[in-house]
Amino acid sequence: MKSLLSSLGAIALALAAIPTASAAPRSEIRIGMVSTMTTSAGAGGEATRQGIELAVEKLGGRVGGIPVRMFYEDDALQPELGKQKTEKLILEDKVDFLVGYNYSNIVLAALKPAIDSKTFLLSITGPSQLAGRQCSPYFFAVRDQNGQAPRAVGQVLNQRGIKTLYTLAPNYAAGKDMIEGVTGTFKGTVVGQDLTKWPSQLDFAAEIAKIRAAKPEAVFVFLPPQHAIQFMAQYSRAGLKGVIPIYSTYTFDGLTLPVIGNDAVGSLMSLIWAVNLDNPVNKEFVAAFQRKHGKEPSSFSAHAYDAMLLIDAAVKSVKGELDDKEKVRAALKAGTGTTRGPIRFGNNQFPIQDYHLIEVKAGESATTASARRIETIETNVQDVYAQSCPLK
Amino acid sequence: MSLLIEQCLNGLQLGILLFLISAGLTLVFGIMNFVNLAHGSLFMLGAFVTAWLTPLLGNYFVAAALAVLSMMLLGLALEFGLLRSFYGRHHLDHVLVTFGLVLIANEGTRRVWGAQGLTVTLSDTLGSSVEIAPGVSYSLFKLISIGAALLACLLLALLIGRTRLGMRIRAGANDREMIEGLGIPINLLFTVVFGLGATLAGLAGALAVPVMSAQVGMGEEILILTFVVIVLGGVGSVKGSFLAALMVGMFDVLGRAFLPALVGLFAPPQVTSAIAASLSSMLIYIVMAIALIMRPQGLFSKAR
Repeated sequence: MKSLLSSLGAIALALAAIPTASAAPRSEIRIGMVSTMTTSAGAGGEATRQGIELAVEKLGGRVGGIPVRMFYEDDALQPELGKQKTEKLILEDKVDFLVGYNYSNIVLAALKPAIDSKTFLLSITGPSQLAGRQCSPYFFAVRDQNGQAPRAVGQVLNQRGIKTLYTLAPNYAAGKDMIEGVTGTFKGTVVGQDLTKWPSQLDFAAEIAKIRAAKPEAVFVFLPPQHAIQFMAQYSRAGLKGVIPIYSTYTFDGLTLPVIGNDAVGSLMSLIWAVNLDNPVNKEFVAAFQRKHGKEPSSFSAHAYDAMLLIDAAVKSVKGELDDKEKVRAALKAGTGTTRGPIRFGNNQFPIQDYHLIEVKAGESATTASARRIETIETNVQDVYAQSCPLK
Repeated sequence: MSLLIEQCLNGLQLGILLFLISAGLTLVFGIMNFVNLAHGSLFMLGAFVTAWLTPLLGNYFVAAALAVLSMMLLGLALEFGLLRSFYGRHHLDHVLVTFGLVLIANEGTRRVWGAQGLTVTLSDTLGSSVEIAPGVSYSLFKLISIGAALLACLLLALLIGRTRLGMRIRAGANDREMIEGLGIPINLLFTVVFGLGATLAGLAGALAVPVMSAQVGMGEEILILTFVVIVLGGVGSVKGSFLAALMVGMFDVLGRAFLPALVGLFAPPQVTSAIAASLSSMLIYIVMAIALIMRPQGLFSKAR
C-alpha cells in the first residue's frame, strides 16, 4: 500500500515537472482577444478585431517569427461574460497573451484569471485602479490611463481662457476616470455634471436641456461610439452645435465620424493617436487599413494593431521562449515602434507618451468629416497614478 | 421654469414612444398569451429602414411611411409563417423562438447596415427649434413626432373603443376561451393584433430614429423599459400602458434632469453626480417595485 502511494506520488511529481521541463521556443503562439462584438457597442469590437487581423496580415501570420493562432471571443458588454471568456481562453485554448478589452468595467472583472494564471493581458482601456495600487506585472495598458487625455483637455481649456465647463460621461469606470481627469487640471468652474446611464441610454434630451440652461463656455463629453452618435445628433438638433463648443477625447474617429458627419465639425479632442500622425508605422497602418476596408481606421483599430506589434517585438526579443515570465515582461515593457511612434512603459506598465490636439474637420460630403492632429499639447506624459504602484 | 417645460416635453416624448411599443406588446401578450421578445427588433428595424430610405428618397416622411408599412408586412408574415405554430406551447418556447429572432435581426442588421448604425439628417426646417412659449424653444421635429404619436394613440383608442374589431380585441384580452366559443375566428384576430403591434413598433422606430439614430441592439434596450411599462400598466390593458408609459417617460427624464440638484442638497458635491446617476437609473425600477407591492395586477388595471 505504502509503495503504491509513493509510486503514485512519483508519477504526480513527474507529471508536474513536464511543463517546466520545456524551456524551448514555442512552435506556435496563441493569442486570445476578448472584445465587445455584439450589442449596441459591437462596432468597437469589430474595429478592434480589424486592427488585430491587419497586424497579423502585416506580420505574415507570425508573431516574433513564430506562427500565430488567434482566438476571438465576445464579451457582449457584460463584465461577468468577459471574465468567463477570459477563463475559457486561458484554460481551454491555453493562450500566451490576451488582447482587446475595450471597456474598463470588463477588464476590471476579467483581470483576475489572467493574473492568477500569469498570462499577460494587453488591454486597450486603462482604468485608474490598475494604474495605481492594483497594478499588476501581468497587466499592460496599450492606450493610456483613462484620465490622461482629459487632463490634457483641461490644460487646453485653461490655455484658451475658458472659465465655465459642463461635463458629461457615462456612469461606469472609464466615464468617471475621464471626468476626474478633466476636472483635475481645469482651473475654471464646473457648472454642471452629468453621468449618463451606461450602456442603455438612448435619449440625451434631459441632459442637453440642462446644458443649454447652464450656458457653459464649453462642454466636455466622453462618449463611447454608440452614445457619441446619438448625443451629437441630438446636440445639433437642439441648436447647440457651434454655440457651445464640444471638447472631448476618443469620441470622434473613423468609427463614429462617418455616421455623425458634420454634426461634430469643430469639436476638439486630445489624443495620443490620429490618422495623420507622421511616422512610418502609422502611415503603413492607415494605408493598409484604407486599402482593406475602404475607410479611415478608428483609434480602437490603431491600438489593437499596436498591441500586436508590442507582442511581436517582445516575442522576438525573448526568441520565442515564453516560460520565463520576468523576461517576457521586461521585453514587453521595453516597447516598440507603434502607430503613435516609439512608446515605452512606466513602472506601472502604462505608456509614457505624447498628447496631441485634434480637431474634427469637415469633409467634402456629410460623411467624410475626419479627426486631424493640429498640434502637440504635451510630450512624454506619465499618468498621475504611477507613483502609487509598487512595481518597479 | 422654461427648463421644466422643456423637460416635461422630453418626458412626454419618451413616454409616448414607449407607449407605441408597449401597446402592441401588451395586446399580443394579453390577447394571444404570447411572449414576444422580438418586438424590440421590429422597433429597431423600423428605425433602420427609415434611416436607410431617407437619403435614397430624399424625404423623411415618405421613408417613415414605407418603413411603417414594411414593418406591418413583416409582422404579418412572421405571425403567419412562424409564430402561429407556437401559440399552444409553453411560454419558454415563446421566449426561445423570439429570442432567436432577436439574434437573427441583430446579426442581419449588422451584416446589411454595419455595426456603426445609421443616422437621419433632417432638413434645416425640420431640424430647427420653434418658440412654443416666451423663452421656451423646442425642436420642431420632436413636436411633430409627439403629434404623430398622439394621433396614432387616438386612432388606436378609436379602433379599440369604437369598432367591432376593437370590441373583439377587448373581448379577447378579457376572456379568450369565451370569444373562441362564440365562433369568432380567433386566428384571424391574432394575425390582426400582431400586425397592429408590429405597425406601432415600426412607427415608434421611424419616429425615434432622427432623435436617437439607429443602432444594432437598440430594441433590447428599449424592450426592458417597455416591460416595466406593461407591468405597471397591467398586462393586456392599452389604457393602462398609456398612463404607465407617460409615467415612466416622465420619471426617467425628470429624474435625470433634477435628481442631481436634489441630491446636491444632502450630499457633498464630489459624490453628488455619482449618487444621482445611480439613483436616476434605478428610479423607474424602484417605482415598479413599489407598484408591484401595492397593486400586483398593475397600477391601472382592474382586479380580476
